[in-house]
Amino acid sequence: MGDENVNHSIQDLISKKFKKKRAGFSFERLVPILLFITALISVLTTIGIVLTLIFETITFFTRVSIVEFLTAKKWFPFSETHGSYGILPLVTGTLKVTGIAILVAVPIGIASAIYLSEYATEKTKKIIKPILEVLAGIPTIVYGYFALTFVTPILRNVMPGLEIFNALSPGIVIGIMIIPMIASLSEDAMSSVPNSIREGALGLGSTKFEVAFKVVLPSALSGIIASIVLAVSRAIGETMIVTVAGGSTPTLTWDVTRSIQTMTAYIVQVSQGDVGYGTTVYYSIYAVGMTLFLFTLIMNFIAQFVSRRFREEY
Amino acid sequence: MSETQTQKSVKGNNDTKLVYKTNGLNLWYGENHALKDIQLNVVENEVTAIIGPSGCGKSTYIKTLNRMIELIPGVKVTGEIVYRGRNILDKSYPVEELRTKVGMVFQKPNPFPKSIYENVVYGPRIHGIRDKKILDQIVEKSLRGAAIWDEVKDRLNTNAYGLSGGQQQRLCIARCMAIEPDVILMDEPTSALDPISTLKVEELLQELKKNFSIIIVTHNMQQAARISDKTAFFLNGEVIEFSETDKIFSNPSDKRTEDYITGRFG
Repeated sequence: MGDENVNHSIQDLISKKFKKKRAGFSFERLVPILLFITALISVLTTIGIVLTLIFETITFFTRVSIVEFLTAKKWFPFSETHGSYGILPLVTGTLKVTGIAILVAVPIGIASAIYLSEYATEKTKKIIKPILEVLAGIPTIVYGYFALTFVTPILRNVMPGLEIFNALSPGIVIGIMIIPMIASLSEDAMSSVPNSIREGALGLGSTKFEVAFKVVLPSALSGIIASIVLAVSRAIGETMIVTVAGGSTPTLTWDVTRSIQTMTAYIVQVSQGDVGYGTTVYYSIYAVGMTLFLFTLIMNFIAQFVSRRFREEY
Repeated sequence: MSETQTQKSVKGNNDTKLVYKTNGLNLWYGENHALKDIQLNVVENEVTAIIGPSGCGKSTYIKTLNRMIELIPGVKVTGEIVYRGRNILDKSYPVEELRTKVGMVFQKPNPFPKSIYENVVYGPRIHGIRDKKILDQIVEKSLRGAAIWDEVKDRLNTNAYGLSGGQQQRLCIARCMAIEPDVILMDEPTSALDPISTLKVEELLQELKKNFSIIIVTHNMQQAARISDKTAFFLNGEVIEFSETDKIFSNPSDKRTEDYITGRFG
C-alpha cells in the first residue's frame, strides 16, 4: 500500500517536470549551438591568421623575387639600397639548433621512457613523472638565460673556439626542454602495450631487456615517432632560447660554434626594433613567418601520417 | 654447463619419466594462503589436467611451474618443485633457461603485434638462432605442428592481429613450439575461443603429447575428461584428488570431487 503511494507520487513529480520542460524554451537545443560557436572561434582565428600571413607574404614577394628569397645566400635585410633576402641562412640556423636538440632529446627521452614504463616501480614512477612534467612547465625565457649564463660558459671552457652566441648551447638547452615531451608521450605509448604481450615474451625465456627492446619498443613505435615529431616542431618554433643565447648573425654554415639567427629570432628582432610600417623589412617577417608555418605544418602532417600508418592494434 | 648438470641428474634418477615433482609447495599472496602443501607428479608425454572452481589455485600452481608467478608482487613460496632433477624454486636456477624448457600458452591469445613469421621466430632469435634457412624451417615446422600452416602459409608476412581468435591461439602454440620446449603449460587455452576453435586446439593436444609433456588448466570438466591422461582436482588451494582421468570421472574417491564433477557446486 505504502509502496504504491510512493511510486505514484514520484511518477507525478516526474511528469510535472516533463510538462514544465515542454512548455519552457529548450535548453537541450541551445547547447549544441553554443558549443558550435566556441569551436568556431578557434577555427576562424586560425583561418584569419593564415590569410594575413598569405596576403602580407604576397606583398613581400612583389618587392623581392621568390627566387632570390629561396636561393640567395645572404640575409641582410636592413639596408634599403643593397639588402639581400635569402632565407637559407635563417633556415640553416633553425635546422642546426633543431638537429642538436633532437640529438640530445631523443636518446635521453626514449631511455627515460623505457625506464619509467618497464623498470621503475609504481612508487618511483609516481615521483619521477611529475618532476619531468615540471620541467615542461618552466618558462622558455628561463631556459634562455640558463643557456647563455650557465651552459655557454661551461662549453667555452671545453671548447675555447666557441663564440659567446652560438648554435650549440641553445640547441642543447632546447633538447633538455623537449625531453619531458618525448619521455612522457613515449612512456604513455609503451605503458599502453598490454601486459599479456610482455608475459608472452617472458614465457619464451626473454630477459627483461629483450622484452623492453624487442617487444615493447617496436610495439609502441607509432606513439614514439609521433612524440618525436611533435617535439621537433616544438624545437623548430622555439623562440626565446635562441633569441637570448643564439645571437643575431644569420650565417650560411653548418659550424655550430658560431653565432646564428633562427627564423623565430629574426621575427623577434624586427618586431622589437623601430622598423617602419610598410617597409620591405616589415613585410619580410611575414615571409619568414610563412616559411616557419610551412615547416611546422609539414611536421604535423608527418605526425598524423605516422600515427595512422603505424597504428598498432592489440 | 647447467644443461649437462640437468642431464646427469636425470640419468642418475630411476624415475626418468618424471618431469615435475612437487613437494610440499605452499604459496601466499600477502596474507592469503593460496596453495597449501601441494604434492603432484607430472609424467613425461602425458596430458595432465588441473580442474577446480574459480579461485582454487589452479592458475597459480601452473604459473609457479615456470616461475611466472614471480611477476606478481608480494608472492611468497616455500617447498620445492623439482623439474628434471633440479629444484626450480632455488633462486640460483636461471629463470630464462627454465622458460625455454617450459613453454606457456596463455588464457587469452597474446601474439606480438608483428607478422606471423616474426611471431614464430621471436623465440629462436632471442636465443641466438640467426640463420635464415633454419628460421624458415622452424616457421614451417612449428606452424604445421600447431595445425595452422595451411591457413597462413600464403600470408606469413601479414600482421598476426588479422587472424581470428582461434588462429591466434594456435599461432601462440606454434610460437611456443618454435623453441622446442620439453613441457608446455596451458592456462585455460580455450576459454576465450568458440567451440569449433576449441575442438581444433583439443585435437592438436593429442598430437602434441607425442613430443611434449602437457599440463593444462581448464575450467571445463568435459574438456579435461576428453583430453587428459591424469587429472588433479584443486579446491581452496589444496589438491583434493589426483589420479587417472578415467578414475576421477567414473569413480572418484573423495566426496568433494564427486560433488564437483557432477555439478553440485563450482
